[in-house]
Amino acid sequence: MCLAVPGKILSIDESNPELLMARVQFGEAIREICIQWVEGVEIGDYILAHVGTALSKIDEADAKFTLDALREMGTSESDL
Amino acid sequence: MLKHLDEYRDKRLAENLVRSIESTLTRPWTIMEICGGQTHSIMRYNLQELLPNEISLIHGPGCPVCVTPIELIDQAVELGRQTDVILVSFGDMLRVPGSKEDLLSVKAQGGEVKMVYAPLDALEIAEKNPEKEVVFFGVGFETTAPAVALAVKQAQIRGLENFSVLVSHVLVPPAIKALLEDKQNRIDGFLAAGHVCTIMGTAEYISLAESYQIPIVVTGFEPVDILLGIQKCIILLEQNHPGVENAYPRSVKPEGNPAAKKILKEVFTPVDRRWRGIGTIPQSGLKLTAAYQKFDASARFRLQHTTAEEPELCLAGEILTGRKKPPDCPAFGNQCKPDNPLGAPMVSSEGACAAYYRYQKTDRS
Repeated sequence: MCLAVPGKILSIDESNPELLMARVQFGEAIREICIQWVEGVEIGDYILAHVGTALSKIDEADAKFTLDALREMGTSESDL
Repeated sequence: MLKHLDEYRDKRLAENLVRSIESTLTRPWTIMEICGGQTHSIMRYNLQELLPNEISLIHGPGCPVCVTPIELIDQAVELGRQTDVILVSFGDMLRVPGSKEDLLSVKAQGGEVKMVYAPLDALEIAEKNPEKEVVFFGVGFETTAPAVALAVKQAQIRGLENFSVLVSHVLVPPAIKALLEDKQNRIDGFLAAGHVCTIMGTAEYISLAESYQIPIVVTGFEPVDILLGIQKCIILLEQNHPGVENAYPRSVKPEGNPAAKKILKEVFTPVDRRWRGIGTIPQSGLKLTAAYQKFDASARFRLQHTTAEEPELCLAGEILTGRKKPPDCPAFGNQCKPDNPLGAPMVSSEGACAAYYRYQKTDRS
């Protein structure tokens, strides 16, 4: 139930300003997801989707920071 | 490659984290995770085996399907049996046993029970079936409740008269509080559910960490995310430094999702709630606010409020509070299996018993 999955925005439907929707790709599957609660998303952005709603826009900078630090952990003695 | 997913299943990164944990550790610690999705990941990727023996991972009540009171399942079953009602639910709820039967058997007997991915899909069913009453079984933590709130609000906007919700939402922080109030608890630190925090932010956890002087690390769901959460928790424990850390910054911001929180507050309000197997936790559930009360299925259908008992064999309560693990249950794998579950934790895709059964059965290297 808590499972939310990252997906890539393929297109945005702004026809109802109270209920912004997007077509989002999750691997091979494509679903309609409500993006009303995530600010400033564009085609190509990744969002985290759960039961048909986008919970957040995935922060690419934070993702990179985390992964870089984890890779670094293997090469030096310093902690994250 | 699945971006923002596969990177967090990278074995080398997992090994880096395990080595870092080993070098930090000086004594045993017990860490509880509060999300069924994390329980499953721990079991699927065998994380307990990768970690030093001094770290004990115990599983909390992070499975909203598991903690939905048996009375609510019975109410859903009662509704599903009515000929003018279409009962709509997330897939997980269909096989959870009520006192006598589950929703899937109601469906098998001709009751209209439909499964959906999104609460908004339930609205579509209501629009397409104006002669029927459509009831959505609203189950889930703070991750899911906003989507249900959205459906209710849309129902209001569209003037849908034949839509209502059987509300069974629960909140995580009161459960953490209840676990910590139990003087016999042996929890040293928590991994907080990353997707609940994506919505709610970290404020409630900061105040819990402060009150109970315990570390709480906001954690994701992939194996590397969980090991990172554990690593951060161990560092806080070894430094005797209670407080909150965010190990899932790519999704969680301290303020959470303000728009989702706003709709949640508009449509729902906290209420005391019984957790199946655990008992009543004050202010731990949600009910509809006065403005949306007409969408409450319990009131609309004047459903019976009864208290039902669990089969004695089922240890769900002790499993959900981390006092026992599924293999400790005499019925586990015998009378209780996924195709014949005695309780919810064996049914739900996020239940601890289902996780242990599924992932311990196969040989994993």
